[in-house]
Amino acid sequence: MSLRTAHTQKELTLLLASIPIGLLALIGFIFWGFPPVYSFFWGTACGTIDTWLVCSGFLQRGFTSGILIGITAPIVGAYLVNRQMALIGEALAHTAFGGVAIGLFVGAAIPSLNYPLGFALIAAAVGALGMQYIAVTTDGYADIPIAIMLTGGFAVGIAVISYGVVFSATVESYLFGDILFVPFENVQLMVGLTLIVAATVALTHKQLLFITFDREAARLARINVWFYDTLLIVLTALVVVAAMQILGAILVAGMLVIPVAAAMQLTNSFNRGMLLSVLLGQVAIIGGILLSYYWNIATGAMIILVAIATYLIAVAVSR
Amino acid sequence: MSDILTVNNVNFSYDDQPVLKDISLSVREGDFLGMIGPNGSGKTTLLKIMLGLQTPDSGTVELFGEPARSFEDGARLGYVSQQSTESDATMPVTVREVVAMGRYAHAGLRRLSERDRDIIDRSLTKVGIADLKNRRISRLSGGQRQRAYIARALASEADLLALDEPTVGVDANSVEKFYQLLDELNTDGITIILIEHDIGLLTEHATSIACLDGELYAHAETSEFLKTDALERAFSSARVLSANAPAGGN
Repeated sequence: MSLRTAHTQKELTLLLASIPIGLLALIGFIFWGFPPVYSFFWGTACGTIDTWLVCSGFLQRGFTSGILIGITAPIVGAYLVNRQMALIGEALAHTAFGGVAIGLFVGAAIPSLNYPLGFALIAAAVGALGMQYIAVTTDGYADIPIAIMLTGGFAVGIAVISYGVVFSATVESYLFGDILFVPFENVQLMVGLTLIVAATVALTHKQLLFITFDREAARLARINVWFYDTLLIVLTALVVVAAMQILGAILVAGMLVIPVAAAMQLTNSFNRGMLLSVLLGQVAIIGGILLSYYWNIATGAMIILVAIATYLIAVAVSR
Repeated sequence: MSDILTVNNVNFSYDDQPVLKDISLSVREGDFLGMIGPNGSGKTTLLKIMLGLQTPDSGTVELFGEPARSFEDGARLGYVSQQSTESDATMPVTVREVVAMGRYAHAGLRRLSERDRDIIDRSLTKVGIADLKNRRISRLSGGQRQRAYIARALASEADLLALDEPTVGVDANSVEKFYQLLDELNTDGITIILIEHDIGLLTEHATSIACLDGELYAHAETSEFLKTDALERAFSSARVLSANAPAGGN
């Protein structure tokens, strides 16, 4: 018994010690490791299939960030959907939009702080923790706090925009997403967020699955339910901010929910369902980007429509 | 044999409604304790307090010699509840994945090992649902599903198994087999605490019985218990005279 506690404590100490090292490695990779890999990959792709589709810098950045979202959003979504928390992502996206608006406003006044996604990240994190606080004090993630958060975040955004002088095109790109609008430093941010989300889920999948399926039994097994609830909602905030550039604040929840819903139709296993939802997420992202290019339709919308098509096919196949 | 669970003068109320009044009892290693009482008699609350899931307003609970609330070794506890859990009706999760959760308290942040997988498979076999392991848990019958939850407790190598009316809504034939399984586990040395409204099943299987309705009317060996009028007193106070009347959870 005491041996076991000592064992877990050692595990925990090791983990805590590895966090700063991991973060340093992460930063190192994002700034020095990732750019050459990125140019090598797209350079080769462009050399092999010489079309505008893979040679345009805009689309290279769009594809890269899209693929990263197609990995992280369904992974986090798998837990959310099965806890009936699907719309939390939407609420956090709207809060993040409030953050973007503040960021644009501040950035216009102080150019050195012109990084709206950073503000979005802070707003979403604060929103996530606020949501968690409300959930603990009012017994669950009811739809009332979600509705308040969703409209509240949006209201802050609109209020700030109407007060300050902001280009409407910029605002629109965060509302509806814009694949041609992803600067390279945002791709780097998304690589970082993806690695953080993937590493955290790889480490804590068992606990997240347990609290998703059976909270009472998880508490009995002395799993810190509150801690993992908070972790999940913070991860959601990270994913939402990353996905906002491509899908826009309004469509973000689709990527968290639809591939997971489709995968749930096709498998009985949670773990396989998770992998399958990532696969279907990729189909939606790549299919959506290609179709939006050929048909000249907004990318975010096309991604969601392709995702819904895969969902309908999954429903039909599983009948 | 030693006490693995002691409850001392426990009081508990929801808002101003007293639910448990001055309850004291103890469970020895290897016991098969049956708890019975009318609707709203505080059985489930008492069980949760025993397991450290709820804090009593006053009084103390000791689990394996430690205060229940600060008892850390969750792997030693197994719990099978009456209702299916909130998610198992819709969530895609296989029987084997559910049973694997029993290993999570052991594994912590590391991956499941070969030994973990071995224990999971043996637990599935022990409760007789190895052939159903790749089914979605929601597609099992009530009796099969409760077996899966027992297998989860076995996988965690729990030495205390708590069950809250596990066979509500399970067909009679499966109920009999389910209780045979419990007897078997008890013979293997697992201590069992069971809430059950069917006094016939309790007298047949439990080694001791506790009867409560807010307060504890009696707690004795099964044969001794049957000589008392505790049942009648508990149920008459709830205006339910028949001892066999269904007494759901609270």
